[in-house]
Amino acid sequence: MSALLIAENLGKSFRRGGVRLAAVDGASFSVDDGETLGIVGPSGSGKTTLARLVVRLIDADVGTLQFEGADLLALRGKALRATRKRIQMVFQDPLAALNPRASVADVIGDPLRIHRLADSGGRPAAIAHLLNRVGLPAALASRAVHEISGGQRQRVAIARALATEPRLIVLDEAASALDVSARAHILKLLVELQAESGISYIFVSHDIAVVRAISHRVAIMDHGRIVETGPTAQVIAAPQSATGKALIAAVPHLMPAQD
Amino acid sequence: MSLVARFTRSPEGLFGAAVLAALIVIALGAPFLFPRDPLSIVGPPLTAPFTDWALPLGTDRLGRNVLAELVHGSRASLLVGFAATLAAIIIGASVGTIAGFAGGLVDEALMRVVDAFQTVPGFLLALAFVSVIGASLPVVVLAIALSAWTGPARLARAEVLSLRERDYVAAARVIGMHPAEIAFRQILPNALAPVLALSAVIVAGAILTEAALSFLGLGDPNIVTWGSMIAEGRAVLRSSPFLSIIPGIALVVTVLGVYLFGEGLSEALSRRAVRS
Repeated sequence: MSALLIAENLGKSFRRGGVRLAAVDGASFSVDDGETLGIVGPSGSGKTTLARLVVRLIDADVGTLQFEGADLLALRGKALRATRKRIQMVFQDPLAALNPRASVADVIGDPLRIHRLADSGGRPAAIAHLLNRVGLPAALASRAVHEISGGQRQRVAIARALATEPRLIVLDEAASALDVSARAHILKLLVELQAESGISYIFVSHDIAVVRAISHRVAIMDHGRIVETGPTAQVIAAPQSATGKALIAAVPHLMPAQD
Repeated sequence: MSLVARFTRSPEGLFGAAVLAALIVIALGAPFLFPRDPLSIVGPPLTAPFTDWALPLGTDRLGRNVLAELVHGSRASLLVGFAATLAAIIIGASVGTIAGFAGGLVDEALMRVVDAFQTVPGFLLALAFVSVIGASLPVVVLAIALSAWTGPARLARAEVLSLRERDYVAAARVIGMHPAEIAFRQILPNALAPVLALSAVIVAGAILTEAALSFLGLGDPNIVTWGSMIAEGRAVLRSSPFLSIIPGIALVVTVLGVYLFGEGLSEALSRRAVRS
């Protein structure tokens, strides 16, 4: 396995009331092909900022980001838009992340149209195929996004992310806004998709139980810094950092293994 | 559908809609109701209203049928009102969307242009524009739009500023959508509802501005308008006040109808905003 994404010393600070606050401070990590990196931390630890830095929704102040061996931070305009098809993102609240006026077909069809992956004749078939991949009936395509359930919406958002056949999907609290059974189904779906296509995930969550279920490796964040990284089982069994210990201690039912 | 349902629950909105519908029917039916040129002379001058059933609203100084003039005048009022509003909304929403979405220097520059237009009284701007370029219907429409686009621009900008932070806009960027498509196809349609609610006020204002321009002799001289009818009647205001009063009433009813329609519409829209 080779590294798909390498971040070194990434930093981003925001100005709030004249004071510069570091949201992400010197974060270094890597994601291998077909691997899931879980990023956990308490709220305000900079997880979401880090996720948005990786997908270039916000620009880093310092540091480097290499994707498929190329400098991701150097890309601008058209070149950046073309590269975006290789890195996708799924957001926390699927209702907020889908245009309220759009239909399911619009949402999934947009990336196909933008990257010319299917002409207008072949698009309905491509959309139906993507809906099937995320376990939804093809008939859902004509529905408006506000008409379907939260779990279905998140599947639609995943189908949109899959449309361009990306190498990496950044999932920012992608299962957090869902009820327990929908969450379990989404996690299962993500694992299946990874087994099918060898896609890599960066899975950001405050919930260490969810991260444990899906991640190969875990990075623990606090105050913008990555305080601990390691294989998931090892980090959960014996956390080295204070933040890691606190996070795991806060989930007492996690310790007796359920499997 | 639910918007229509909420709209029908407001009595003022329904009244406004009825007035507006009647006016549109009259304006569209004018060539069939009064096929002759409304500026042609059909009877003795200054016939009082309700004295001759062939000329129910009497005749003006030159013996022209006042009812025919009134009916044909509604065309100019509505046409100018709607066309100027459409132009103002298109210009305003585009400028506001670009300013709000681009931000930074572009935003600053565009909003200073808006400020500049807003510091000049709208009617004065229209007056200057028409008197320099010359009076014709398209020029009058453009002149009124130039004085009315700043409201929609400010409103669209404010909406876009809040919408552009939404996750669905971030998602559109992540899939590689072009910024122009994000601004005009993802954000603008969602920013349009409050801007459209403003449109009724603009229509009412545009109708009044057109009447005022016509009253000052800066309307299109080849068509009848209510403003020019009032100006025409002014010369005989003491002996035949009805010549000014009748188009004046038409103007008041129209503006009131448009305004009430707008009230009902914005009420229905704000109820939806509260619910969602």
